[in-house]
Amino acid sequence: MFRDYDTEGFYDELFQGDLSPRKGAELLIQRIKALPEGEMNSRQKAAEAALMNMGITFNVYGDSAGTEKILPFDIIPRIIASREWKTIEQGLKQRIYALNLFIDDMYHEQKILKDKVIPGEVLRSSKGFRKACAGVNPPKGIWCHIIGTDLVRDKDGQIYVLEDNMRCPSGVSYVLQNRQVMKRVWPQIFGTSHIEPVELYPSRLLETLQYLAPEEIYDPTVVVLTPGIHNSAYFEHSYLAQQMGVQLVEGDDLVVKDGFVQMRTTQGFQKVDVIYRRIDDDFIDPKVFRADSLLGVRGLVDVYRQGRVALANALGTGVADDKVIYAYVPQIIKYYLDEEIILPNVPTFICADKKQRKHVLENLAEMVVKPANESGGYGILIGNKASKKDLQSYAKKIEKNPRNYIGQPILSLSRVPTLIAEDILEGRHVDLRPYILYGPEIYVVPGGLTRVALKKGELVVNSSQGGGSKDTWVLPR
Amino acid sequence: MLSRTANAVYWMNRYIERAESIARFIDVNLLLMMDLPEVTALHWEALTMTTGDIELFHQNYKQADQASVIRFLTFDSNNPSSIFSSIRATRENARSIRETISSDMWEQINTFYLVIKEAKIGSVQHAPHNFFSNIKKECFRFHGALLSTMSQGEAWHFSQLGGFLERADKTARILDVLHFMPVLNIPTGSTPLETIQWLAVLKSVSALDMYRQRYRGISTPRICEFLILDSDFPRSIHHCLIRAQQSLRILSGPDQGKRFRNKAERYLGKLHSEMDYCDIEEILEAGLHEFLDRIELNLNQIDTEIHNTFFAKKEFPDFTSVQTQSQSQKQIFVENN
Repeated sequence: MFRDYDTEGFYDELFQGDLSPRKGAELLIQRIKALPEGEMNSRQKAAEAALMNMGITFNVYGDSAGTEKILPFDIIPRIIASREWKTIEQGLKQRIYALNLFIDDMYHEQKILKDKVIPGEVLRSSKGFRKACAGVNPPKGIWCHIIGTDLVRDKDGQIYVLEDNMRCPSGVSYVLQNRQVMKRVWPQIFGTSHIEPVELYPSRLLETLQYLAPEEIYDPTVVVLTPGIHNSAYFEHSYLAQQMGVQLVEGDDLVVKDGFVQMRTTQGFQKVDVIYRRIDDDFIDPKVFRADSLLGVRGLVDVYRQGRVALANALGTGVADDKVIYAYVPQIIKYYLDEEIILPNVPTFICADKKQRKHVLENLAEMVVKPANESGGYGILIGNKASKKDLQSYAKKIEKNPRNYIGQPILSLSRVPTLIAEDILEGRHVDLRPYILYGPEIYVVPGGLTRVALKKGELVVNSSQGGGSKDTWVLPR
Repeated sequence: MLSRTANAVYWMNRYIERAESIARFIDVNLLLMMDLPEVTALHWEALTMTTGDIELFHQNYKQADQASVIRFLTFDSNNPSSIFSSIRATRENARSIRETISSDMWEQINTFYLVIKEAKIGSVQHAPHNFFSNIKKECFRFHGALLSTMSQGEAWHFSQLGGFLERADKTARILDVLHFMPVLNIPTGSTPLETIQWLAVLKSVSALDMYRQRYRGISTPRICEFLILDSDFPRSIHHCLIRAQQSLRILSGPDQGKRFRNKAERYLGKLHSEMDYCDIEEILEAGLHEFLDRIELNLNQIDTEIHNTFFAKKEFPDFTSVQTQSQSQKQIFVENN
């Protein structure tokens, strides 16, 4: 099956350059090679059927027939050795810890701006900054409780942080469900390899949320707030609520009454202590943010500011998702922790800076340029894939609003073998999104979601752009 | 539990019960038609009357025959009572409360939906019995998962309430179908054809075996008595009302010395006690169709009151007007007691 396999000069997560398996991947590769003809395919089909029957689907927007799809899934995992994982884990903890201090600073004294480590202009023009949160003290000083940081590996094997997602990272349910399915696909390997379990996530998540309630509440009421059944991530919202054994609520189920957030039950109103909200800041309270929002709860922000309900994540964490702020994370870590960054950023050019902008514009065909405040892979320019006309019109956009763009070199994302046709494996580019919980301590789920660009040569892995997922195995120490 | 969740559990069970009833009903009628000397469009129309959708049928189909009626009652997504629509609604409700039901229940509902979504109308026309019997079995699996994996707390009682009220309604409608059947308006069980028709009715609610144990010979009054007044058979109207009332009583909370705590309890209690004390001769004398019609009406009324008592969004006023706030608080207080 690997007879014609070729790493084509990319870093392959399972093979070394000479096509010998990397440490830890030997058993898997041996098993794949031993499979009879067609077996790989039938296992792939069985995995897809299992996901379909479990109803792990997302709605295809704008499709009136109510079409639902599973996120494409590939049964060949990505494998991470324990030593490398340890570095990733430490790097993520350091980064989250520093970014949380940064967010807190932004809504209080703004020392880092006064000390001119970051230009004040960046904050003034930030889209994620919420004035309504100034002076807010979230419980235990934690702003970002649930984070999904995107990592990539370049040609030389170095792992970089590509993006911080401090608002509402999605996808963790795929990690949990993919693992369930993989245990059925590769039972013998799981039986002998002791791959680090991901199954603790729901109970850790519940602990993280309960930790936010005032200590005198013996059994705090935690809920998951969803925009509703038509949201593309609805499956995840309901799955996480179910796994934690808490109520899944919509905006309409909640009401502010007697100074608290309460939910409408068959027995009258019941006070809610902690809300894991999967609704953006903008939609959470029509009184404070977007007045046309039908998803949120009127008056919620007042209650929140009075400390009578906790929100995860806190409001206003989007300020750290700005890609211009991202460029300053090494300085942020240095400033608050007096430490060097463990997991480096991708070298980033800030277009608001004249010199750096010049570099981006002159080398546009060899760069990735991203809008500072988008997610989901939208609005990205990949220089070497764009036509001359596209490059020109993109350059105009940068010049018109330089604050809104950053440029990065095009990385050669690492690849993982992927089943592309019956018994045919080819390398496909991947990234990695580990999930981090900031509660009593910072916890990183071993592994995370490996997202894979299924089209040959494609670098964008987002599911909204046709990407799929793989299970991620962290090997034991 | 959340009012919205209670509402969804209630309807999840109503819809799956509806799908099952329709499947049983078509299946048995197809067998019945084979025994009739002559099948006319009127016979097929009678089937759509049972589900109460005859007008919708005529809007969408020119002629009532086997193909059009089966399509209308099974796959037609424009017909809100078709098997497909019912299963889709079951799943939509289940999907909105995944955190409340067990994974086994969810997977059963989801797989059931995928099966029917993939099914082809051609294969149903070709081998209808297989198809309808599979629907029935999928429903049995649902009930099995519900019974063996869900805690019998508040949510479960809402599911029972919904399921049994729907079943009572469908049994009433199935009994009433002979009223709409041409030629034999009020069968007496005295001719072979009438016997065949009553056998079909019994079969459609899986009641033939249990009926035989209870009464042996086929006779109209005994069949009506069994399907309306028997307290032990799980699809008889009386039994359904007993079970629905048990759940409603628990859901309504401690009685605090009151005979009933909400209108739903009052109406359901009245209907139930009528079943306790009336006898079948009395019913037949006054007219079976009239009696069943009234039961369906009462069941609708009970459904409305359940909605008002447990599910209706209790509006909460703006903070600006203190007066309406206290008034509406009062209303909420009354309703919840």
